[in-house]
Amino acid sequence: MSRRARLAFFAVAAAGLAVTLGVGLAGLPSFGSQLTAYARMLNELASPQRHVTDVVSAITFDYRGIDTLFEEFILLAAVAGISVLLRPLSDESRQLPEDKAPNRKIPPPSPAVWLLAVLLSSLLALIGLETITHGVLTPGGGFQAGVILASAIYVIYLGTNYATVERFQPDPLLEASDGVGAFGYVVIGLLGLLAGDVFLSNVVGLGVTGNLIAGGTIPLLNLVVGVEVAGGFAILASEFLDQTAVIRTERR
Amino acid sequence: MSVLAYGVVAWLFLVGIYGVVTSRNLIHMVVCLSVAQSATDVLLLEIGYRTGGHAPVFVSLPTHPGPAVDAVMQALALTDVVVGAAVTALLLALVVQVHKRAGTLDPDALRATRD
Amino acid sequence: MSEAVIAVALVWVAASGTAVVLTRDPLRQAFVAGFFGLGLAFLYLSMQAGDVALSQIVVGAIALPLIVLLSLAKVRKGRE
Repeated sequence: MSRRARLAFFAVAAAGLAVTLGVGLAGLPSFGSQLTAYARMLNELASPQRHVTDVVSAITFDYRGIDTLFEEFILLAAVAGISVLLRPLSDESRQLPEDKAPNRKIPPPSPAVWLLAVLLSSLLALIGLETITHGVLTPGGGFQAGVILASAIYVIYLGTNYATVERFQPDPLLEASDGVGAFGYVVIGLLGLLAGDVFLSNVVGLGVTGNLIAGGTIPLLNLVVGVEVAGGFAILASEFLDQTAVIRTERR
Repeated sequence: MSVLAYGVVAWLFLVGIYGVVTSRNLIHMVVCLSVAQSATDVLLLEIGYRTGGHAPVFVSLPTHPGPAVDAVMQALALTDVVVGAAVTALLLALVVQVHKRAGTLDPDALRATRD
Repeated sequence: MSEAVIAVALVWVAASGTAVVLTRDPLRQAFVAGFFGLGLAFLYLSMQAGDVALSQIVVGAIALPLIVLLSLAKVRKGRE
């Protein structure tokens, strides 16, 4: 339909949606007044039952662990979809970036930028590792830390050039870490089945509240999810980077 | 306060959808879609908020600071944010390939049939 | 006090969300989207959601602008 017709239809539909949203949102309890019974119960029980201090991590990886498994697989599917979409097509070739002037290599970035990239990426890698391991104690955990670890690689690209970053993210390593992370989650879930309990139940020893290694399978799941998300986001950026820097359409 | 809080959610969603409908550039459209998606995260957290509550992290403190906010909603919103970014990247990969084949980023100029 | 902070964060989010939609050029929109992501992180933090704020900061300030800018670079290169 033409643009005008589409806009007119949208105006009517948006008015209807706004009214429905308004009526629906007005039926909610007033902002900040009460919590659901499930939430209150979990806040009380999570710390004594699972020996962790960060209840959000306990919910993500233990009480609602199966939802996180599905979310992780959505991430895996999205990254696989990007890899398929951005593969070199039949009329494209991969060539390393080169200077427009012939017989000249691309000049390396200035030493100050290189130093900043080294410092920032090391800092980001350390912060990522710290966030993974402290996910049971403080806000953090696998998902956030995976993105922080991937951004350590992004900073390397921003401060140096394509050839350097390719050395840090070989494709087999990234794909292996993505797959191992996703598979590792399922394996840890199967440990519960092997122990005679349900899938994804917390069967490893729980430890003492307040230690880094406490909460049974929760730090293990944090680790595998962190590996998976880091691999996934690094693949994502590497595919886009290849498209921008390397893949060129052949002239017909 | 309730009106402002829930009104911002409805406003963000509608503005995002308006951006998608009236967009003339596919990349602009994808970013507007991510704005509409963040409205749902904000709503999740608003439902789980309790006035005077603290974050659901229970380290041992000398005095008890009061009730905690809803941790289940935070768990849902947390994975939503990260996975939403990956799906947005998938949409942008689609946009890049569309541009290669059609040569344009204007959604009105795209045709369903091949020329 | 905390209610006032949440109100400020909500207004910031609504205003920058509108700005993201009204910025038609994708390159400028990427920067405004970074500002919107920062506002979202501030809102989540003021609602006592530390985990979600951490996710939003790393995703909205690092991953998303990078992907948008790389797509823009690819599209511009194709146009030359």
